[in-house]
Amino acid sequence: MANVQVTTAEKIEATENPEVKISIIPRFCKGCEICVKLCPTQVLAMEMFLVKVIDIDKCNACMLCELRCPDFAIFVDKKIVDKKKTEEQEIPKGE
Amino acid sequence: MSFNYDQYIRGGKLPHIWCPGCTYGIVFKSLLRAVDSLKIPKDDIALVSGIGCASRLPGYVDWNTLHTTHGRALPFATGLKMSRPDKKVLVVSGDGDATAIGGNHFIHACRRNIDITVIVLNNFIYGMTGGQHSPTTPIGHIATTMPYGNVDPIFNIPELAKGAGASWVGRGTAYHVPALDKLIVEAMQHKGLSVLEIINACPTTHGRRNKFKSPTDMLLWMKDSFLPITAFGKLPPEKTAGKLPTGVLFKKEAPEFCDTYYGMVERLKKQKEKGA
Amino acid sequence: MGTLKLLQGNEACAEGALYAGCTFFAGYPITPATEVAEYLARKLPFIGGVILQMEDEIASVGAIIGASLAGRKSMTATSGPGFSLKQENLGFGMLCEVPCVVIDVMRGGPSTGVPTGPSQSDIMQCKWGTHGDHPVICLAPAYVQEIFSETVRAFNLAEKYRTPVILVYDEVVGHMREKIEIPEKGVLPVENRRRPTCPPSEYKPFDETKGDVPPVADFFSGYRQHITGLNHASDGFPVNASPRIHTDEQRLIRKVEGNRKDIIRYETVMLDDAEVAVFAYGVSGRSGKNAVELARDEGIKAGLFRPLTIWPFPEEEVAALASRVRAIVVPELSLGQIIYEVDRCAKGKCKVEGIFRVDGDPITPTQILDKIKEVK
Repeated sequence: MANVQVTTAEKIEATENPEVKISIIPRFCKGCEICVKLCPTQVLAMEMFLVKVIDIDKCNACMLCELRCPDFAIFVDKKIVDKKKTEEQEIPKGE
Repeated sequence: MSFNYDQYIRGGKLPHIWCPGCTYGIVFKSLLRAVDSLKIPKDDIALVSGIGCASRLPGYVDWNTLHTTHGRALPFATGLKMSRPDKKVLVVSGDGDATAIGGNHFIHACRRNIDITVIVLNNFIYGMTGGQHSPTTPIGHIATTMPYGNVDPIFNIPELAKGAGASWVGRGTAYHVPALDKLIVEAMQHKGLSVLEIINACPTTHGRRNKFKSPTDMLLWMKDSFLPITAFGKLPPEKTAGKLPTGVLFKKEAPEFCDTYYGMVERLKKQKEKGA
Repeated sequence: MGTLKLLQGNEACAEGALYAGCTFFAGYPITPATEVAEYLARKLPFIGGVILQMEDEIASVGAIIGASLAGRKSMTATSGPGFSLKQENLGFGMLCEVPCVVIDVMRGGPSTGVPTGPSQSDIMQCKWGTHGDHPVICLAPAYVQEIFSETVRAFNLAEKYRTPVILVYDEVVGHMREKIEIPEKGVLPVENRRRPTCPPSEYKPFDETKGDVPPVADFFSGYRQHITGLNHASDGFPVNASPRIHTDEQRLIRKVEGNRKDIIRYETVMLDDAEVAVFAYGVSGRSGKNAVELARDEGIKAGLFRPLTIWPFPEEEVAALASRVRAIVVPELSLGQIIYEVDRCAKGKCKVEGIFRVDGDPITPTQILDKIKEVK
């Protein structure tokens, strides 16, 4: 069996929002709907029993979907957008 | 992503076996983040469990892991800790595993105050075997062995631990996640027997039979039924009636067992040298 | 010349454990085994060892398995009621291949029985007590000196074959005092388990490609592993419905049954030309030895076969014996347990007759002599 881990699993990424990226690992999602129902801004919805991003613009990166997902299926990455430059950087991991 | 879970999860083991909506995965992630923040090398931790859904956790984690017999994690953990008192030993156990069949070991580990962190994942049911009532199934709830509503009185696990002599007792929930990370850290940092009860949900065998329409409903029930202990002093009684506290519920300074045992050993050795 | 001591059987057992390098004992008070714990409680702290009185018998065997996984040589001691309680965790030790020693000082049973009287009625439980198919090594000393040396051998077999070893004697031998010699260090061999030398990333705790007895790493030693009581693959993780379960359990049995020559030991007295044999172990073996001497005085060609290893059972030796004697007399302090094994191995080639006694006293040499005369 292939050694599938969180970093190597196939992901569906919603990258349209310059401030936040949501990654979903369909292989791990069990369709429990916790993330969908507890998202305060209705960013997510279920499709074919898996979670899907439906409105990334509403995401304020509260991280609750990632914190409350039991299955390592959804991850939220805040991006720093420096208005002076056009590059985007991920927020570095805290120590 | 903001935290690298892969460094701790054994390769190829995900997706884990817990049901859709089982909150053990939430606790699993919190545990990994908490231990990572303590910077304990993987070789220096052991995670010991008994039998049940909660007890499946160790198989997934890249530490020294031991999956023992039903209710008996604590004696095995005691053997490990007494042999290597310099290492960190954690026990993860379910409500039935820890307080029913494992009850004797639970109270004696508390009494002994040995430096082991006991994490009790309470999902109010015997989940793995299909939903039999446990010593924590709420009165009136339906279980396969109480099909007309539970009439078997229940434990308050923190009270049990405190009464038996544990020197650190806390409660967290799978809903209140950031607080949970901190509670796990504090439970592990405490030197002595720490008991952290974590409120969890079993939608498959408990929620479904007891009018919880979804796993999310069970999380919201946790949000409503468990309040931080600080709130109990501040809110009016009608707001706290029927609810249980979370946070650090009790702690005390008490001699830790490995210290006292090995202190005795040192004393005896010195006496012998003087005598010889 | 070693140290001469006048010791009780239980104390000799404790000395044997110390000689073998035991540094961890966990137990629970139970007549007639408590003296093992009490003796070690006085001695172990001085060598930095751990002596724990656990909350119950089940916790004791759990603790010694935990200690063994951390690399220590560990032991517990009990009697019938405690031995019954320990079965589940003993099975864990057998499936997970954890070296440790379990002493059962047999007393009258079943249930509370006769706590201060001897018996030999746990012997089948030693073999079949825990559920499932499992390897069993069980030793049965009869003299206080032998309790010492067989305890050392029990630790060595546990380390060599990576399995729990049961050592049984009865209350009489456990409580009697005899002069023994404790040899200097290095005289009796002391063995240690094989630990892995491969890089940690390649280590598997049940790697059958490394032999029927795979090397095992200590917890916290840099070799991380998962040990579970579920049937498991060579990497330690659980498997369901796999041919691997069958072959691996066969390997566990083969560890012991395939090494009979190394594990089986016995004593024979005047057996070469015997026409009637006495098959007896423990305190019954002591009476048996006296009985065959008395028989010889009366001109009867009797001989004694006294096994020191009960499990694996000395099948070949008993089968060979049955083909050249007229009868085998089996005295045991039970209503007939080991006699079934003797009968099975004799395959009808000779008479097999038992002397059974469960009233709290040993079988006397006279009782055995009378039976010898009856069957010859």
